[in-house]
Amino acid sequence: MSSELRYTANTQLEHLHARYTGTGHADLSKYDWLTHQHRDTLASIVGHPTLTSYLAIADGEAIGRVKFEMTERMLQPCGPPPRKDED
Amino acid sequence: MRDTIVPVPCKSRAPKEVLQEFADLAEEENVDPFAETTSKRQIAARQSDYHNRRFNRVAVDSADAFKDDAGEGGGYKDAMRLARLEQEELRVKRAIEEKERKEREEGQMKMDLDKTPPAAELADVAMELASAKEQATAAVKEKDAAGTKRKRRWDVTEPADENVDPNQPAGEWSDKALEASAPKKRRSRWDATPAEVAVGETPKRSRWDQTPAAAPDAPMVPIIMNAPGLMHEDKHNRYLTDEELDAVLPATGYAIVTPPPGYAPLVAPRKLMATPITEVGGFQIQESSDAAAAAAAAGLAPELPTEIPGVGNLAFFKAEDAQYFAKILKEEDETELSVDEMKERKIMRLLLKIKNGTPPVRKTALRQITDKAREFGAGPLFDKILPLLMERTLEDQERHLLVKVIDRVLYKLDDLVRPYVHKILVVIEPLLIDEDYYARVEGREIISNLSKAAGLAHMISTMRPDIDHADEYVRNTTARAFSVVASALGIPSLLPFLKAVCRSKKSWQARHTGIRIVQQIAIMMGCAVLPHLRNLVDCIAHGLSDEQQKVRTMTALGLAALAEAAAPYGIESFDNVLKPLWLGIRLHRGKGLAAFLKAIGFIIPLMDPEYASYYTKEVTVILIREFQTSDEEMKKIVLKVVKQCAATEGVTPQYIKQDILPDFFKAFWVRRMALDRRNYRQVVETTVELAQKAGVAEIVGRIVNELKDEAEPYRKMVMETITKVVATLGASDIDERLEVRLVDGIIYSFQEQTTEDQVMLDGFGTVVNALGIRVKPYLTQIVSTILWRLNNKSAKVRQQAADLTTRLAVVIKQCGEDQLLSKLGLVLFEQLGEEYPDTLGSIIAAEGAIANVVGMTQMNPPVKDLLPRMTPILRNRHEKVQEASINLIGRIADRGAEFVPAREWMRICFELLDLLKAHKKAIRRAAVNSFGYIAKSLGPQDVLSVLLTNLRVQERQSRVCSTVAIAIVAETCGPFTCIPAILNEYRTAELNVRTGCLKALSFVFEYVGPQSAYYADSVVTMLEDALTDRDLVHRQTASTIVKHLALGVAGLGCEDSMLHLMNLVWPNCFETSPHVIGAVMEAIEAMRVTLGPGILLSYVLQGLFHPARKVREVYWRIYNALYLGAADAMVPFYPDLSELSEGQNVYDRHPLQVFI
Repeated sequence: MSSELRYTANTQLEHLHARYTGTGHADLSKYDWLTHQHRDTLASIVGHPTLTSYLAIADGEAIGRVKFEMTERMLQPCGPPPRKDED
Repeated sequence: MRDTIVPVPCKSRAPKEVLQEFADLAEEENVDPFAETTSKRQIAARQSDYHNRRFNRVAVDSADAFKDDAGEGGGYKDAMRLARLEQEELRVKRAIEEKERKEREEGQMKMDLDKTPPAAELADVAMELASAKEQATAAVKEKDAAGTKRKRRWDVTEPADENVDPNQPAGEWSDKALEASAPKKRRSRWDATPAEVAVGETPKRSRWDQTPAAAPDAPMVPIIMNAPGLMHEDKHNRYLTDEELDAVLPATGYAIVTPPPGYAPLVAPRKLMATPITEVGGFQIQESSDAAAAAAAAGLAPELPTEIPGVGNLAFFKAEDAQYFAKILKEEDETELSVDEMKERKIMRLLLKIKNGTPPVRKTALRQITDKAREFGAGPLFDKILPLLMERTLEDQERHLLVKVIDRVLYKLDDLVRPYVHKILVVIEPLLIDEDYYARVEGREIISNLSKAAGLAHMISTMRPDIDHADEYVRNTTARAFSVVASALGIPSLLPFLKAVCRSKKSWQARHTGIRIVQQIAIMMGCAVLPHLRNLVDCIAHGLSDEQQKVRTMTALGLAALAEAAAPYGIESFDNVLKPLWLGIRLHRGKGLAAFLKAIGFIIPLMDPEYASYYTKEVTVILIREFQTSDEEMKKIVLKVVKQCAATEGVTPQYIKQDILPDFFKAFWVRRMALDRRNYRQVVETTVELAQKAGVAEIVGRIVNELKDEAEPYRKMVMETITKVVATLGASDIDERLEVRLVDGIIYSFQEQTTEDQVMLDGFGTVVNALGIRVKPYLTQIVSTILWRLNNKSAKVRQQAADLTTRLAVVIKQCGEDQLLSKLGLVLFEQLGEEYPDTLGSIIAAEGAIANVVGMTQMNPPVKDLLPRMTPILRNRHEKVQEASINLIGRIADRGAEFVPAREWMRICFELLDLLKAHKKAIRRAAVNSFGYIAKSLGPQDVLSVLLTNLRVQERQSRVCSTVAIAIVAETCGPFTCIPAILNEYRTAELNVRTGCLKALSFVFEYVGPQSAYYADSVVTMLEDALTDRDLVHRQTASTIVKHLALGVAGLGCEDSMLHLMNLVWPNCFETSPHVIGAVMEAIEAMRVTLGPGILLSYVLQGLFHPARKVREVYWRIYNALYLGAADAMVPFYPDLSELSEGQNVYDRHPLQVFI
């Protein structure tokens, strides 16, 4: 039983995790992790109206404009991916 | 005196009888008692003659049409020729039989006159047969020489064919029909003119050459055939000896032909069996080869090897295996073998391992044979596998394994398999009509893989010759195989071929098989036929007016299958066949009519209401006429069609009442119908369906008098119908007069039953419950019946009476007949001494039902008398008794615990502990719940101490149930009553007790939820101890407690103690045991809920980029769980990593740095 569980239960959990964007693994790079964080942050701002209007007031922009900019920035929030330096 | 009575000849006969008796006895001693079971394991011995016709089949090599050098391997044209030869052979044989029969009839008369022995006639017949054969062979040879392949050979009766241009592929279904249906370019390989065979090349072997008796230079064969071991095995089917042939054939004009160079007699392997093998039947000790070796030493099984060089030990080895695996049974010098021989032996070893080996041996061998399949090649592999599958003594397990080998090998070989398609089909097709479901599925799987590997064109060209095979068995299996091909490669790709076959002008058999293929496709693929429904229907529609009755019947069955598969859609596809079908039912009789009716029965439900009504009226006339039929099959179909018609929306109740019911009841509600099980079911189903339209009163009124019929099976049929009708439609339609007759009939039939089964009981319960308060006038009578039967001699009758009480209790209470209930209760109470457990269980259940409806205060006998009586019964080990008594006791404990003295309850508590060991979960659950009820009325102390003591027992199940019971007590009496006791008990030095306490605590916190907030601080010290214990299970269970606790106190201000527990749980995240890590992860998840994801994130951040992968992996798993649970809430807590920015990558989160 235990050996079976070892192979199924936890690996299943890992599979399940891997199906969602934003989850990570032991070999995740700094860039990827931070990109996800930024996207989460931007999504959170767009999703919470109070945060959006706060930003809009601070920037002196329309709420719609802030939303749009946040959404646009989600594409590459931390700039293009770094080149792989090793070979 | 006596001497005069005994007749003289008797004296001389007596010793003979005695001798006979001894002879019988001697024979009996030789009887193998296991012979019967052995034969049952063998597939061939178990199956019907029809199934065993598979042994008559001849497989041909199918040439790979996709290879240029198709060459020697025969192929489609040879297959076709062989098929026609077989047909002709059958025709000649039939003609001969016919002639023989006639002559015998005439000879009979002759023999009466003078006693001429028929030997001369037999010789005549034999000569005729031989000359027919000779003629056939000569014709074949002539044909080969002439090079005109397609000309018919023997049918001088049809000279028209002779005029056909010999270079055209004349005749056959391939001519106009195929051209008409298929686009030109689809006219592909299999109907192209076959390449001519050079004259002088070895002619293709015809079947005649294969009889080994014809091989003159093989004197070995007859000798072996005469060997004693084989003679008695096969004495009816032995081959003719040379002497016999000489006697049969004329001396002049014949030459003995030398066999072709590559020819090997079919029976070659039997040579190796010249010494008869002693049959070892029945019991064999498997696995242990030592025992088998000992047996061999003792001379019990001298011939059967247990260890084979290069194979090792086998699970078993049968006598028959020896002939197939002869080559590897003895040691050989491998250096002298050629590469091919080595390969052959390798394959044989692997097959033997797979077939007879133990599971691990089998597994590795299977993998090896799969991996090396392409290396071995299709030929050598199938040459070994297929004969094994045709062995008569094959058993299920062996067949399964060999089929598995074929499946795996097929996958690897892919298109290399083409030359063997027909051989494989011959072996696998019989699986499709096997009675075992899994065999059928396996067969389908293989054929589907085979068709994917070989391709549609090759499959069609291989199976085409079998479509109009003379043997119905072959056609049947081929049709099924074709339907599998259709489902594997898609119906559209097979459609042109199907159209052509269904229109074949050449033979009705081909049309018949084509239509059967469509039928099988419908049966197998179900609603997946819908996209192609019109095509399929059009494909077979014309068969309804075929001149062959069998084809018409099959067409109707095909339409029925299609309509059934398409239901409830697709009526528009059947437009074309409606007219012929409805006209057909007026034209046909017998089997044909039955099939037509069946098709109509399946098509009507697809129609719109008004059409359905119209067509139903059309068909009803015929149906009513056929009500009178004596044919069982027809009866069943008629009933089914009536049921289907009645169920359609368009058919009005009025119509059913007036036009169908009178004749229906006259024809089918007769005693005779109750005798056959299948008829019985059909009639009941159909009547219930009719009742849906006609109403309860109509149907019940018609049959209620039959409840008093003298035939019991018939009464049962009536009762079952009434039950079903009343259960679905209720009893409100039944008027007063009918009600009287109904109740009267039911009581009568209940009392008169002699076989005890559920039908009468169910019927009684259903009807009485449906009538409700209206049964009040009859209750006295019913109850007195029950009371009388409760004292019956037969235990079954008593049990039934008790069961009836259970069902009636609610209604009796509804009618306000409380004194009847109390009377019943008392009688049942007196019966508690019952010795038959089944009956006792029913009596207790009945008592429980009464207690349920009257309540504990009014219960008679009083609860304080009833319960002490139940205590000893709890010790009964019978499951039914246990369940019934625990239910009754639980009910009393719940509702009327105060009527029973506390000491009695304690006694019951101890008995209940035993019930915690019960196998049935319902009993354990009821027992655990009872503890809760008892604790509620008695106060928890005593019950708790009983349960805590029970934690010391050995059985795990009992301990687990005790912990659950403790938790339930805690839930019902408040946690404060239990937690101190549990904490105290935890200090015991015994491991089981401590684990039990932890477990109980975990259940307690699971059950009490938010209440845990009051107790969180008091258990912290104990959890500290448990979470730092060396024992894994302790930490695991403690983690579970932490989980429940944390979830319970979420948002209730216990964060400080939870954080403390979190610090203790956290280090356990590196555990590897699956249960422990699972519990720890769940505890951490629960902490996310209580403490918030921010705190958890700060823990996780420490290890996400740890240099050790082991650490990173665990931390990322926790991070992922955290992320999935609260991604949004984590945003404010992500660390500011702006200092990591480099080059283009800026990691500042600017929007969060804005402030007003």
